[in-house]
Amino acid sequence: MTGSVAALRDTGSSIGGWLPRWAWMIIALIAAILFPYIAGSGDFLDASIQTLAYVIMALGLNIVVGFAGLLDLGYVAFYAIGAFVIGWFGSQQFPDVNGGKGIHILVSDRSTFQPKLSGGKLDIAGIHINFFFVLFIAMAITALWGVLLGAPTLRLRGDYLAIVTLAFGEIVPRIFENSTSGLFGIGSTDFSHGRQGITPIDTINLPWSHDILYTDANLRPAYWVALGMVVFTIFVNRRLRDSRLGRAWIAVREDEVAAASMGVNLVRTKLWAYAMGAAFGGFAGVFLGSYNNTVNVDQFEFGFSVFILAMVIVGGMGNIWGVIVGAIALSMMNRYGLPQLNNLSEPLGFDVTAISFGIFGFFLLIMMVLRPEGLIPSGRRRLELHEAEIDGDIEDARPVGDMSQMYEVRQ
Amino acid sequence: MSEQITAVDQIANPPKGELLLDAAGVSKVFGGLVAVNDVNFIVPRKAIVSLIGPNGAGKTTFFNCLTGLYRPTTGRVTFDGQDITAKRPDLVTQAGIARTFQNIKLFRTMTATENVQVGMHPRLRSRVTGMILRTPFVRREEREGREKARELLDFVGLKRKDELAMNLPYGDQRRLEIARALASEPRLLLLDEPTAGMNAQESEELRQLMERLRTEQDVSILLIEHDMKVIMNVSDHITVLDHGEKIAEGTPQEVRQNPRVIEAYLGSQA
Repeated sequence: MTGSVAALRDTGSSIGGWLPRWAWMIIALIAAILFPYIAGSGDFLDASIQTLAYVIMALGLNIVVGFAGLLDLGYVAFYAIGAFVIGWFGSQQFPDVNGGKGIHILVSDRSTFQPKLSGGKLDIAGIHINFFFVLFIAMAITALWGVLLGAPTLRLRGDYLAIVTLAFGEIVPRIFENSTSGLFGIGSTDFSHGRQGITPIDTINLPWSHDILYTDANLRPAYWVALGMVVFTIFVNRRLRDSRLGRAWIAVREDEVAAASMGVNLVRTKLWAYAMGAAFGGFAGVFLGSYNNTVNVDQFEFGFSVFILAMVIVGGMGNIWGVIVGAIALSMMNRYGLPQLNNLSEPLGFDVTAISFGIFGFFLLIMMVLRPEGLIPSGRRRLELHEAEIDGDIEDARPVGDMSQMYEVRQ
Repeated sequence: MSEQITAVDQIANPPKGELLLDAAGVSKVFGGLVAVNDVNFIVPRKAIVSLIGPNGAGKTTFFNCLTGLYRPTTGRVTFDGQDITAKRPDLVTQAGIARTFQNIKLFRTMTATENVQVGMHPRLRSRVTGMILRTPFVRREEREGREKARELLDFVGLKRKDELAMNLPYGDQRRLEIARALASEPRLLLLDEPTAGMNAQESEELRQLMERLRTEQDVSILLIEHDMKVIMNVSDHITVLDHGEKIAEGTPQEVRQNPRVIEAYLGSQA
């Protein structure tokens, strides 16, 4: 491989030339596994677990925004759908199922919070499916919804696409909120408990084990579950990026007309991006639903979509490692940076938390001015932005340059 | 069997050979502007045919009607016995027509090899689950795809295979577009001003390349071109468009002497 290709391969070429990439990845993985022993077991570990869930969502959104170049401002919709899937399949939300005796698949009395086994049998009401199965059920459901919500937007680009996806991000949580008596007015089942939300949500138990995996006193196993989910997400992302589909995504992002003329089915390619992106939103949504022990529509606000999108942009659109760094940085800043600021400003009689989004926006602004390509940019994105600096506006400058060259020869 | 209108019947002195592409009565109207007006056009197998005309004659619009980027207002396009009128561009490519663009449309931040690999897209069979699991089939297909991409780049004479498309010199970008189009294993290759911006030597190399494509790979070529030297040397048959209408056609010799062509290009004496 020559230099230019090496430069395109995302990261590591400059920071770790003396060890092969796989060695760095193993070192990073071991460090991540051992991390809870350093982080203690309190608030910081909790923040780290939440962060891992955000990393998954940022990686999912990166497929849509970073790879396929489709601006999505409604990603929270898929978080909501994923969270409600665990809300439905891992709580007492549907008390009448199976004559009130409930459905139980590889769950235990402890993971479903059944106070006492009656005659050695689980009979807590509602549907209770093991967390690890719900993960994949939710991925399938959210992928389907990704396709359904993506389909009407296929002809849209840029700002228009952003507005429509934004609307979907608002509509989906509102539908859940109002589904207290049937869905879309059909039936009379309560799907969401309205604003109160669904709680408690089943906690995690391994399919073959009676015990629950983690407790509030020992959060480490929850961290490892989230870490495993992150590793799975990275794995799928990398495989897709380096595949026929990944190339088609980049081709569509670069030039739709050329991509279509090369035999790339634009509709299918874009819908795959939406489906894959959405699937990881649901994947993380299930985890957060279970981990937070509640699914509540207040969690699914527009600000959250922006929060995840900011992770992708700050980290470096299109670059898997950059997006991970961006997610960690923003998540931790949100958790610790802003309260810290508040401590500083409180003596001055000024409440920073009230304008936390303003501060967030300010940091983003600084970031975009100083380093628009993100913390760890993808080679391609850096080239695109770099090119823009030289040529002024890419779209305008390019054809003019070519045309003048043509006329020079022709006349 | 119903009577089908074919372009062959409408053409006075059609080029010889078994028919590959048949465009009958193709028109394209934008608002009040008739960009292409009732054009009958055929391409036989293993032929090199050209479409010429002054700027704004509707040549590229006609190309776009053939490749599905535009939906023809009227008319019917048949390729290899298959009706491809107004089909989506990717389906047209799948059917066996590939094209290049007048204003180069490469995937600029992809390497030359990757560009050609995108061109192979309709011929690759990997499925998404296979890509994620990286099955032996996908692995082999990817490896073979890369090798084939490199062979195609050799074929068009592009040496910097791992260079980003945007960093390639102009002539190489044109070559890369041809390699990318060939990657879809077309039976008909549409070249939109392939020698624009090339010097005399590069044009000559391209002419030889077209001959090799015809003889070695059995690819028919439809060419839009302004370089008369290339046109006259390489074409079996030439069609001349002006203001969206076909004003002349025939062998290079016939077209060269046609008074209407001379008038369209040089203006009338009166």
